[in-house]
Amino acid sequence: MTPTLWGRIQSRLLLVLIVGGTWTLLVTPFIKPFSASISSAYFLTFVAVLIVTFVGVIWELIYHGLQQTRWEKDWPTLFGLLTGIPEFFTTAFWLAVMTGDRVIPPLTFFLHFFSTWIVVWLFANGPIRILFPRWRFNGGRFT
Amino acid sequence: MSGQFVDQLRQDMIDQAVWNDQLVQQSGIQLIDTPFVTVGGGIGSFTVVDYLRLAGVHTSQITVLGNQDKPYATYKALANNSQIPDYERLRSDAGSVLDSPWGFPSYAFREAAATKKLGPLWTVLTEPIFSEYYTPQAAQVYQSVEREIARIGWYEMLKLGQVRMIRRRAEGGYFVVFTPKDHNARIIYRTRFVHVAVGYPGIKMLQDLQEYKVKHKDLSRVVNAYEDHSQIYSALAQRPGRVLVRGSGIVASRVLQRLLDQHESGRPIQVLHLFRNYVAGPQKTPSAGTRTGKNGFAYQAFNYPKAAWGGQLKDQLLNLHEQGRADLIRQTGGTNTAPRASWTDQLHRCQQQGSYVQLIGQVKDIHPVEGQGIRTVVEGPNGQISVDADFIIDATGLEAGVDRDRLLTDLINSGGARKNTFGRLQVTPNFEVEGAGTGVGKVYASGAMTLGGPYAPVDSFLGLQYAAQQIVDDLAANGFGQRMGPLRSMSQWFKWLRNQQP
Repeated sequence: MTPTLWGRIQSRLLLVLIVGGTWTLLVTPFIKPFSASISSAYFLTFVAVLIVTFVGVIWELIYHGLQQTRWEKDWPTLFGLLTGIPEFFTTAFWLAVMTGDRVIPPLTFFLHFFSTWIVVWLFANGPIRILFPRWRFNGGRFT
Repeated sequence: MSGQFVDQLRQDMIDQAVWNDQLVQQSGIQLIDTPFVTVGGGIGSFTVVDYLRLAGVHTSQITVLGNQDKPYATYKALANNSQIPDYERLRSDAGSVLDSPWGFPSYAFREAAATKKLGPLWTVLTEPIFSEYYTPQAAQVYQSVEREIARIGWYEMLKLGQVRMIRRRAEGGYFVVFTPKDHNARIIYRTRFVHVAVGYPGIKMLQDLQEYKVKHKDLSRVVNAYEDHSQIYSALAQRPGRVLVRGSGIVASRVLQRLLDQHESGRPIQVLHLFRNYVAGPQKTPSAGTRTGKNGFAYQAFNYPKAAWGGQLKDQLLNLHEQGRADLIRQTGGTNTAPRASWTDQLHRCQQQGSYVQLIGQVKDIHPVEGQGIRTVVEGPNGQISVDADFIIDATGLEAGVDRDRLLTDLINSGGARKNTFGRLQVTPNFEVEGAGTGVGKVYASGAMTLGGPYAPVDSFLGLQYAAQQIVDDLAANGFGQRMGPLRSMSQWFKWLRNQQP
């Protein structure tokens, strides 16, 4: 992909909120521990989605800076996948800070985070263009 | 034929830059109304027409005027001549799909599905960090275009023949003068919109080689890589030989590979490679960073850095003025080739053995020498040297400008169009030909003849897709076709997937 900074931010906000949010809605009941209530599971997974969305904007600034060191000024597909690893840890940190004693079970968080990350990444690497054929020429901007 | 043509198209018409309906009706030439004409009939016309069909324009509203029976015919001929037969891979990425504006599924995805192998998808996942970029086989591109032209009704729109001129219409729009291939009677199309995608008007040889060819009437031993030059490889299969290759772009790489493959399969061939500009190390540019360079070549995966198609380099270029654009295009484009390990390894191997020899310098003289082939005198960094070769292949590219094209020259002389700093057509960011508008009518152009403007990679599959999108969006804004929003886009994608008419 060849995002611009504004394209990165727009794509982060819309893709994580809409695609990631939809996925979270679908997947949460299947990955929560049997003992946890559905409402508290949704609360935690949706807070995680919001953290990935908004803390992610700061990450995008960093990625944009790194992109400047590349001659192609692109962001290879693999980078889009592997940046999930550092973001997993920052999301876990902020989730712990924000939700205090309502600790999310580690396995649930792991499954939720990486399944969402992969779904969003897959969507951005192809299917998005079915709906937005101009997106890839606009550096990831929708407008 | 041309004499008869001038007779039919009266001299007073040719002399007038703007025609009116009365003038054309009095000429007695058949007049046909159509809202949209695309001139060329190649892959540039195809991408625009394909997009227009998706935008809801019926085949009856589109006229394709060109002289190739398949939109990829000229492209394929040039690819074949420059040693990219159907099974070889092009210099185009997985998403630079010619037969759909979405680029999804990509060529890699389709190849993986067709061959039931994960290799292409693994390449796309790991490129360019752990693998070289995925590039499609030429045949895959042609086959997919074949399917799409059947789906969109290409042959209902195509008229085979030659476009002679485009003249502005006093009442708005244009007259397009056309000589059909099947009979001599000229036709004039009266239209509101014209799209021009005529590609390169011809092959341009290096000046010194052109002079040599004319002076010594030597047509078979000195060739351009884009001409059919299979006789050279055939001759080298029969007897030992030396070949001088000039140029250091992608075509040179492919020709070198072809020659050295033949050498490595046991033929005694020596390849001499003459560089005008030898790239010894990384190339620092004033405003685009540093490009990899070594062993004579400037290396990048595609003709331009990837972000030139739709990222920050695209935006950067768009925001510059004419001279700044020209500078940035030269810094990020220019002569360069793809860093494929198979090529660099082979060059290294053959360099060690002495079967591949690099030379640097300016050519001072070329002449035949009895029994020695063709002698090239080169002024190099260490003085003058002479090298003899049996054949010379000019692989410096297809550099011909608009001056070589009769239609475009007329568009500039009579149609209000202008040349840019590259000597190509000056276009707006919407690919409208600047200065050629007629109020309600517009002329658009895409492809190689628009290099030097607001978009750099015009001469590429994805660049043609981008141009098509800009043109069709602008047409929709002018009331011709629908702007493709998310819903139309999705419904058209499903039709495309199921191979249904748009």
